[in-house]
This record gives sequence, structure tokens and C-alpha cells, in this order.
Amino acid sequence: MDLMPRLSATGTLLLVLGCASRPVTPVAPSPDPLPVPAVNWTREEQAVHLLNRLAYGPSPSDLQHVLDLGTGGWIAEQLDPAALDDSVVDRQLDVFPTLTLSTAELIARYPRSKKAKAAQTDGEEVERLNAFRLPRQIGAELVAARLIRATESRRQLEETLVDFWFNHFNVSADKGAVRWMISPYEREAIRPHLFGSFRDLLGAVAHHPAMLFYLDNWASTREGFTAPKRGKLGLNENYARELLELHTLGVDGGYTQSDVREVARCFTGWGIRKPQEDGTFEFHPLAHDRGSKRVLGIEIPAGGGIEDGEKVLDLLAAHPSTAHFLARKLAQKFVADDPSPALVERLAQEYLRTRGDLTAVYRTLFTTAEFWSDAARGSKVKTPLEFTVSAVRALGGNTAGDVAVYQSLTRMGQPLYRALPPTGWPEVAQPWVNPGALVARIDFGLRLASGRLPGTHVQLPALDGAAEASVDRAAAAVLHRPLTAATRATLLAALGASDDQGVFDGEQRKVDGPRLVGLLLGSPEFQNQ
Amino acid sequence: MSRSFSRRLFLQSAGALYALGATPGFLRRAMAAGTRTGRTLVLVFLRGGADGLSIVPPVGDPQYRALRPTLALQPPGSSGGAVRLDDVFALHPALVSLMPLWNEGTLGIVHAAGLTGATRSHFDAQDFCESGTPGLKSTADGWLNRAMQRAPGPEGAFRAVALQPTLPRMLVGDAPAVAMSSLSQFKLPGGTGGTSAFDALYAEAVNTALRTTGLETFEALREAGSAKLAQLPPDHGAEYGKAPLARRLQDIARLVRSGVGLQLAVTEMGGWDTHVGEGAERGQLAQRLGDLGQALAAFRTDLGERWGDVRVVVMTEFGRTARENGNRGTDHGTASVMLVLGGGVRGGRVVGGYRGLARSALFEERDLAIGTDVRSVLWESAAAQLGVEDPSPVFPGFRPTPAVLG
Repeated sequence: MDLMPRLSATGTLLLVLGCASRPVTPVAPSPDPLPVPAVNWTREEQAVHLLNRLAYGPSPSDLQHVLDLGTGGWIAEQLDPAALDDSVVDRQLDVFPTLTLSTAELIARYPRSKKAKAAQTDGEEVERLNAFRLPRQIGAELVAARLIRATESRRQLEETLVDFWFNHFNVSADKGAVRWMISPYEREAIRPHLFGSFRDLLGAVAHHPAMLFYLDNWASTREGFTAPKRGKLGLNENYARELLELHTLGVDGGYTQSDVREVARCFTGWGIRKPQEDGTFEFHPLAHDRGSKRVLGIEIPAGGGIEDGEKVLDLLAAHPSTAHFLARKLAQKFVADDPSPALVERLAQEYLRTRGDLTAVYRTLFTTAEFWSDAARGSKVKTPLEFTVSAVRALGGNTAGDVAVYQSLTRMGQPLYRALPPTGWPEVAQPWVNPGALVARIDFGLRLASGRLPGTHVQLPALDGAAEASVDRAAAAVLHRPLTAATRATLLAALGASDDQGVFDGEQRKVDGPRLVGLLLGSPEFQNQ
Repeated sequence: MSRSFSRRLFLQSAGALYALGATPGFLRRAMAAGTRTGRTLVLVFLRGGADGLSIVPPVGDPQYRALRPTLALQPPGSSGGAVRLDDVFALHPALVSLMPLWNEGTLGIVHAAGLTGATRSHFDAQDFCESGTPGLKSTADGWLNRAMQRAPGPEGAFRAVALQPTLPRMLVGDAPAVAMSSLSQFKLPGGTGGTSAFDALYAEAVNTALRTTGLETFEALREAGSAKLAQLPPDHGAEYGKAPLARRLQDIARLVRSGVGLQLAVTEMGGWDTHVGEGAERGQLAQRLGDLGQALAAFRTDLGERWGDVRVVVMTEFGRTARENGNRGTDHGTASVMLVLGGGVRGGRVVGGYRGLARSALFEERDLAIGTDVRSVLWESAAAQLGVEDPSPVFPGFRPTPAVLG
């Protein structure tokens, strides 16, 4: 491993960038259309590509909206989501009480099942019993809200970025107390910082009890520290390592095992106030290691207290390795599984130039030639979430986010909010393409199209003409591209086989609409975006 | 186990299937496949870095208790304590269900197994365990797929199966492999008739990955459907329990017993990243081990005499620190243990080159040092079960140590 040359090469830059005060006041996005490179595609093709990447696929209304605004105008609109009225979705989310509660309120109202049971057997009246609900409700409502927003929110880019950044800073509802913290985590740490500076996002995550618990930092103390009720504690490296490897520098970003320990020392004392009761951030000065530290070659003097951690976050957010690591991940999400080094470099430079202004990086990304290249178009396989939501949107549908959708996602390999490892879900195609998942996708498409998915409703395209015309109309509505002759013949044959008995003399054969649409949703073409 | 013996058993199980209503067409194909070796390799990956020093605690090592004041297991002989294996090692009491296998000699343990070129990142360590090329990230395929590309045996939809929702990195590559959450969920509405249209659509797919995956999918669907694989009940009174791993091993046993030509099965179990509150005789780790032990013991019971044709390798990406951390847990370390169970294993012993927990013997003064490269153990089992002869394309640049447990 050649870590040392890397470190010395970046040392100078670190001094310049790393010790500067917090970077970035986000620049307000221009209301003017963005300059999108000219391409040799039809206007509909451009709009479909844009919606496939910056949104959860084209819905009939969003497609029309992009055509009205033009691609550059629509991107500009999406980069300023606060200006978009989303009250229709907000009203739908009103039925989910857990979405606005703090961790302390969630713990009190949705206690561990043992407590709930105890309450139900202590002989008090029914109203009191009804006040106790199962904690699993918190996860169910969070999943439902995500599905509803992804399907129907006008702020489609925001929802795509929630998916990206939550996954980047993954926490799992399956790890102990995270269950009561995960909804506040998305609301407080992730959503407010999607369009701001990376340093703010990183800081909000680092301070959040969900992350402190998930990666054990709440329990990490200086060596030899004795806590009142818990006895002798000490250093825990878990958060420090993932902070360097997964949140900022990347695994090849030029840090050593010694850096991991030193970063862990800096974050000692970053804890949680009564994790089983209150669950807010709290710095414990007595648990903090007051000695001096050395991180990535930079001296962090003794006695810095909570500022040690803040300095580490400053250093990491400004580091060129972080710029490149984030640039590559964003390019992978929005352009191609294996983006060109030139694109990554360009985004990284924009990140460094703007001191981590995420909106500036997005703007560059969405207006590069690579984003609008023939090679990028239709080249990415949808994740299960993207597939599921894009299917509902393609049919102009809506969902209440019922458990049926969640179960389908689980079968496809993506139980939302339950990715156990800190790496989150994979972004590239390969892990998602396998027989079991394919069967689950096909099954979902057939059930959705035939109206057998509780809580989710779609509108099939009007298909009352001849079989050939119906196939073409349905394909245009679902796939937004003409069928190959072979695929068209396959579909016609499949439809013919299913309703032979229904034909009478002089009467037009009626196409089995749900089956046709189900076939299209399960087809290889619809797995791509 | 002789080939004629396993073939006889195979015919018995095919007969049992016929009684359950399998189609004659399936039987014909199964009979024609009688040239199969009949051997199967099963790999169970414990994700998160399982603590080898608690799974097979070195209770006879004088450093052990000092390094782990709250995590050390009580020595053999004390109530609820670890189960004696030899003068140095014991088995975690939650794995007591595996002692019959140890006693019959079909469970062997490799202690201090690790991947040379250590990394303490979960992501990288798993990646390297699965690519089989530590330090080289550009390797596109997985070592088990490279092994399958060279394994003799007739084609078949269920040659290589991953019982997990996504295909693991070690099975990625040119050799076909099927991933599924469970056999019971592996079906389409409308039965085989419903399958044919999709079959045709995927045969035309432009995207190569989708096209080949489609081909594998629809062949496997037809075979699983006609054989009613998901309905095969456990044999010999095996009790699997409800843990996810148990259900997956039960499906693997179904594939073995029904003679569909399973050569390789891979599955995984999570929850081994015990940074906080790892526990000793009871607790987080003990619970996981209880699930693991029960599932493996039931698998062995279910297979009956077919156990001699099957070998199970249980591995993890790295071990954990020799010293417990400040939270009654352990941090990412280096060497751990591997369990090797089943046919051809000269078990009932702990091997592997354990060098002890003295400060000078530890890797970087903190982790159990590697005594055996995991690739030696993996290669030995792959060679025995898959019939692969040359290790160099499977583990490029690596020379396996011979006869670790074989």
C-alpha cells in the first residue's frame, strides 16, 4: 500500500482547504433554464431520459411538465424544490403520526413490545391500552411516506437525492434503538441538507443519534473511562473507520489504521442523552480524550473538546479524496455504473472550487455531455425501488405505500431502511440482476397491472382497438419507445394465446389489457433506465 | 463414499419425488443426469466479521482471560461453560448441537484462518474473500464462479445456487448461477404457461446481463415447478427451527435430496459485527451461534447418508481484536475460525497454525495472526467437491497449503 506518498502529496492542499472555516454558503439556483447540451434526440426522448435519472421515471403529468418547461427549465426548477408546492403529498402524509415526532416522543408512544405487553396486562382501561402502539409502526409509516413521495411528489430530484444520500450515510432500522431514531434521522439530518454544503450534511449526520448509535460512537470513550452505571468503557473504532472509508475519503483515500484510531479519539464523548428515553445528541466532556491527536498528518492540539470532531469533519469535507469519492458516486448514480475518469475529475474540481456546494456539483453533472450521451441513455438497470415506483408512475398511478409493496421490494432484495451494512444498497446493476429478483419483478408487474396490489392503483392505457394498435399504444405509454419486430410478435402471440375462447364472429377481439401491461412492466426494456 | 452408493441413494430420492407427484418428464431428465458426481459444496458466509476467539475460544491459552475480562467463556467443566475440544480449544456452548458431528469426525475446525493482505474494512475484506484476489480490486468475477467455469458436470439450471436475495460477489461471472430468497417464492403466477412469454421477451433482450439472467431464470423456473421442490419435507426428523439461515439450508437440502444436479450452494448470515455488548455464554453472539448450530445440525440430520456427498464451509471476512474494547465488544481484527463439515473431512480436530495471544504473537500487537490462508481451506473443499484440478485460475498467484483438513 502506498499511503505515504499520497498523504504527502495532498498535505499542502489540506493546509489550505482543511483549516479554513466551514465552507460554503449555497448559491441560490438560477430560475433561468440551465444550458443543456444539444442532442440528436426527440424532445420526448430527452424528457424521458431526464425523468429516468432525476426522477422515478416518467409519469404522464411529469412528462408533459418537462415538455412544457424544456429540460433546462425543469432541471432549474428541481434544483430549488422549496419553491415547488407539494401540498398534495403533504396532505397524504398527514395520516402518518410518527413522521413528525421526536425520538423521545416515539420511544414514549411506541415502546418496546415488552413494555406494551406489561401495559396491557396491568388491568387499566382500554383507552390507555390503545395509547400503546408497536414500534414497527414507525418503520411502516416511514416506508409508506418514502413510497408516496417517490411516486407523487413534484420534487422528484429531492426524492432521488434522499435515496442517494440516505444510502451514502446508511443506518439500519434493524440495529437496536435506531428503530426510534431513523425517522427523525431522515427528517433532520438528511432532507434539510440535500442541496446545501456537504460539510453541513456530514455534520448533521455526525451529530445525529441514529448514526451515533448505528456505528457505536455513543459508546466510545477515552481509554480507561469509567461510567457511573456501565463500568469501564473505552475506544470504539466503528464510526471513525466508516466515516473515513464510506462517508468521506473512500477506502483508497489515503488513511491508515493509525488515522482510524486518532479520529476515533477525536470523537470520544460524542454521545446520546439517555438513548432509551430521550435520544438527543449530547457531548460528554468527561468521556472525551483530552490529549492531542494527529489526523492525516494534521496536528489536533490537546484540550479541543467537542471541537476535535468538528475539525476532523472540516478536514475530511475539504479533502480532495472526498471530492473524488463523492464525484464518482454521484456520477455512478446519475450517469453510468462505470463513469469516465474525466467526468469524475470534472465533478471533483467543481466540488473543490465551490468548497463542497452540492447544488453546484449537481448542476455541472446534469449539464455535462456524458449525462446527455447515447452511451448513458437506458444504460442503467433500475434498483428495486426505482423499478417499483417507476412502474406505478408509468401508469399514472398512486400508492398508499401498503405493506404489499414493501414485501415485493424485499423479494427483489431491497427491504427499505433495513440495509444492515454501512455500505447501504449497491448502486451498480450487477447485484440486482439475478433469477430470484427477476421473478419478483415480473410478479410485481403482473400484480400491479391487474389491480392485485392492495393500496396501489393504476390506470391502464385505453386499449379497445385492434390487438396490434393496442400493443403499440401500451408500449408507447409504458416504455416510451417503439418495439422491435420480434418483441411485438412475442407480445401479440402471448395475448392471442390467452383469449382464444372470447372471439365471436364479427366482434373485435378484446385485448387482455392487464396481461399486456404486466408483460411490458416485466420486460427487459422496463428494467433499464 | 463410492459413486455407486451415492447413485443408489440418488435413485431412491428420485423415486420419492415421483411419489410426490413429479412429472415423468422430470424423472427422465434426472435419470439421464446420472453421470453427475453427486457431490455438493455449500458455503455459508458470516457477514460482519465473526469473533473466532469466542466461537472456538482458546481457553487453554494463558492470555485469553486477561485480554477478555468480560467476554471470556467459562472453561469446560463449569456449568454452562465452553465445551472441551482439546487441550487448548473449546467450542462455544451455543454450538453444542454440533458436538455429535465433532464426535463422528465430520466437523473440523481451522483456527487462525484469515486472508493474507489483511484489511479491516468489511467492504474490502468481503470483496477480497469473494473475488479471491486480496489487494486486487479490478477482478471482475468471483472465485467460486471461476471454479464453476472449470468444474466438470452436466449443464443444469441448479448447478450453482445462492439462497439469498442478491447474487454474492463470489458467484459473479460467466458460469450461470441462480440467486433466490427461497424456493417457495421462486415461481411466477400462471405456472409454466405464464413463463413462456417472458422467456421469449428475455431471449430478445439487448442487455446481455438481462438476457442471460432471463435464460437461467426460466429454465430454473420450469425445473423447480415440475419437481415441486419447495414442498419436499425434511427427512430423518430434522428440526430446522425458524431462523432465516435454517430455512435457507433447508432449501439447499431439498435441492441436494431431489437430485437436480446441485454442485454449489452459497448462503449467508448477518449480524456478526459485535462492537458493543457481544456477550459470553449468553447474549448477542451466543444467540447467533445458537441459530447457526441448530441450522447446521438439522441440515446434517436431514441429509442422512447424503451427508457424505456434501461439504459445508463456514467462513467470515475477518476476525476481531484479541482484546475486548471499551464496550464489552470487539473491533475489526484479522484471523478468525472456519468450520468445515461433511464428506471427506478428517474432522474432530482443530488445525490451522494458531500462534497464541501473547503480545509478540499478535498481528500488529492487536489481532490474532493468520496461521492458514482461507484460500487453502476453500481450495481444498472446492477441489474435492467440484472436481476442479488447477488452483491457479481460481486463486491467481496463490499456492494453497495441501491437506488442511482433507
